[in-house]
Amino acid sequence: MALALLSAAFALGALIVAAKAYTPEYAFHAYIFAAAGVAGVFAVVNRYYNREAETPQLIEGKPNYNFGPIKFATLAAVFWGVAGFTVGLVIALQLAYPFLNFDLPWTSFGRLRPLHTSAVIFAFGGNVLLATSFYVVQRTCQARLAGDLSPWFVVLGYNLFIVIAGTGYLLGITEGKEYAEPEWYADLWLTIVWVVYLLVFLTTLWKRKEPHIYVANWFYLAFIVTIAVLHLGNNATIPVSIFSPKSYIVWSGVQDAMIQWWYGHNAVGFFLTAGFLAIMYYFIPKRADKPVYSYRLSIIHFWALIFMYIWAGPHHLHYTALPDWAQTLGMTFSIMLWMPSWGGMINGLMTLSGAWDKLRTDPVLRMMVVSVAFYGMSTFEGPMMSIKAVNSLSHYTDWTIGHVHSGALGWVGYVSFGAIYCLVPWLWKKKELYSLKLVNWHFWLSTIGIVFYITSMWVAGIMQGLMWRAYTALGFLEYSFIETTEALHPMYVIRALGGALFVLGALVMVYNIYMTIRSPRTALMGSQASLAPGE
Amino acid sequence: MTNRPDTNLDPRKAVGTTGHDWDGIEELNTPLPRWWLWTFYATILWALAYWVVYPAIPLATSFTKGMFGWTSREQVVQDLDGLKTLRGPMTAKIEAASLQDIAKTPELLSFARAQGAAAFAVNCSPCHGAGAQGFKGYPNLNDDDWLWGGSLDAIHTTLQHGIRWDADKDTRASMMPAFGRDGILKPNEISAVADYVRTLSALPVEKDADLKLGQKVFTENCAACHGEKGEGIQDVGAPKLNDKVWLYGPEKVTIMERITLGGGGQMPAWSQRLDSPTIKSLAVYVHTLGGGQ
Repeated sequence: MALALLSAAFALGALIVAAKAYTPEYAFHAYIFAAAGVAGVFAVVNRYYNREAETPQLIEGKPNYNFGPIKFATLAAVFWGVAGFTVGLVIALQLAYPFLNFDLPWTSFGRLRPLHTSAVIFAFGGNVLLATSFYVVQRTCQARLAGDLSPWFVVLGYNLFIVIAGTGYLLGITEGKEYAEPEWYADLWLTIVWVVYLLVFLTTLWKRKEPHIYVANWFYLAFIVTIAVLHLGNNATIPVSIFSPKSYIVWSGVQDAMIQWWYGHNAVGFFLTAGFLAIMYYFIPKRADKPVYSYRLSIIHFWALIFMYIWAGPHHLHYTALPDWAQTLGMTFSIMLWMPSWGGMINGLMTLSGAWDKLRTDPVLRMMVVSVAFYGMSTFEGPMMSIKAVNSLSHYTDWTIGHVHSGALGWVGYVSFGAIYCLVPWLWKKKELYSLKLVNWHFWLSTIGIVFYITSMWVAGIMQGLMWRAYTALGFLEYSFIETTEALHPMYVIRALGGALFVLGALVMVYNIYMTIRSPRTALMGSQASLAPGE
Repeated sequence: MTNRPDTNLDPRKAVGTTGHDWDGIEELNTPLPRWWLWTFYATILWALAYWVVYPAIPLATSFTKGMFGWTSREQVVQDLDGLKTLRGPMTAKIEAASLQDIAKTPELLSFARAQGAAAFAVNCSPCHGAGAQGFKGYPNLNDDDWLWGGSLDAIHTTLQHGIRWDADKDTRASMMPAFGRDGILKPNEISAVADYVRTLSALPVEKDADLKLGQKVFTENCAACHGEKGEGIQDVGAPKLNDKVWLYGPEKVTIMERITLGGGGQMPAWSQRLDSPTIKSLAVYVHTLGGGQ
């Protein structure tokens, strides 16, 4: 009841802010919060009156897993994924054909670009992490998810944050910090959601039936804790007024830049790497039905990874006002990060020892293994690009965009698709996916797409870097900026083609998942029971 | 990984497991791959060595400077000095020579054209186009129709002080009045004089055009700057109206718009942004584009 009252108070507060907001965009957001508060009241009250005596922790001696919030997050991930990939395709086309900006503020590249990055990283990736972490922590602890309302609050609250952030970009509300664009009120909301997420995760670990904590859960915990610290550090802003969406950061000048890239790089390190390594550590051995290659390697590379990653941010600020010593540390820690990153790749790939033949027959496993290969490639490319001599060529060029996408499409995308293809039949208690053939189509469409994407960006980036630095024998610049953009055009068209194939592959996945959920073939013994000899 | 996996060998027995399983997942107790460990050590040693050679460790009020005292700022200064050394002798000659001498001396001319082309691509092409072909409101620099003069000295002055650029007191400043907006002319007068302007370059006009009124308005209001026959006066930057080269366009509606709003384009005073040899080279370069007088 107290929760319902709190929710009602929140709705009322949001209404007052909406009424007095300085801008209509901000009022719109306040109304969304108010509506969410009202919905929260109804949900809490409804659940209170329909509650059962007490949710049983065990049914017939087996844990009574809580799958509802996981199902929601899985479907949300698929929805945001397709939306985010599509916006990515739109902005790729805008770069090739600028008239597609339509001269409207809401559809301009400057607003759609953060919409794309946030939709794929935080909306798609975030929901995949929520879904898989809630699933994996329950299965590997043999315990029901802690709390009754709180897992739902985490999943719904996180998606409310996504809606606020995404509509904010389109309406022009931004802090202007890459990957941390949402303004102060969205940040505060996310902080509340994230603390509840951490508590749900920790409490579930606390009540586990297993003597040890599985490696995937270390990675999930590192991800949740570090993202909290990064989020607070990089969003230390002071709002102009409670009735204004605008806020100003407390850091200034080069310190702000340093904090921004400490955040930005570790968002890659802990959101897109640690979190998705956790997915790899559960879903690859599970799907391959093989033991993890090396426990020792998992320990060493885990601690090395989280210790090294946090130092590497300054490599985003080579040859800037950042002091030389900080640039040196950023670069050398990036080099030392190479083997810790590859530890994860070795553990993922070598887990398939004795099961390589499954790659021929199981496209889901193939997707996850190729994802680990992309992970290995981009974690080699990353340290290489952090070397100052290489960076002086690659920085500010499309090579960086290519590098990011080999990690994002190849590693994060594929391991997520693999996990979703595993999860959907398990969660909806189906015997198998509707069609492995369609998974195969998804795999090949998007693989060709990724290859188009990254090769065109390598060519574009290196060409761009070389053109920028080309001097004539008399000591004058060989090319103007406009000439470089003209030279890039064909590469941009190829990149957009690659993106289109990737979107097409994702649509094939949507159909497959829809048909799987609708299919009447239910598994006989509950989710994946036959795959779990340890129970 | 290159060896074919031996399916008879159960890795669980070969290296043992940690003796535990999570939801059916076991972990092998495989030792760390040697090559992995040694490469990891090698990167750490390399980093340590790098910290000795280059600035690396923050101290209370300073930082370790490294063995050679290398700094990135010093590196930039050296790179710029290198460029100055490369360009230096020729730049000095450009600075010393008059515009006319540069244009006459092949050695100076080819250097000035190279320098001018590079400067034009970065600074001028956004408005005048990569080929200096111009856009609506931004003059074409390839033809011999000049607003403020096409001699070397006139182009040089325009580059130095800009056009209607208030921050430079020597800027080229004259401006056409807003005949319509400020109520100097009535709408029917503007329409008539626009038709008359079209006849100056032998463009067709509507049948009911009041050319008589147009001519009267032109003589009283326009001829002072644009000349009696619309031949243009470069001293005040008034465009020639009796040729087929148009800054904004020959359509009647466009001409009426210009008469109504008056004003004119702007160009920055480049002496505030570029050094003197670069501006001289730019003047020579633009002069050689085809229309130089």
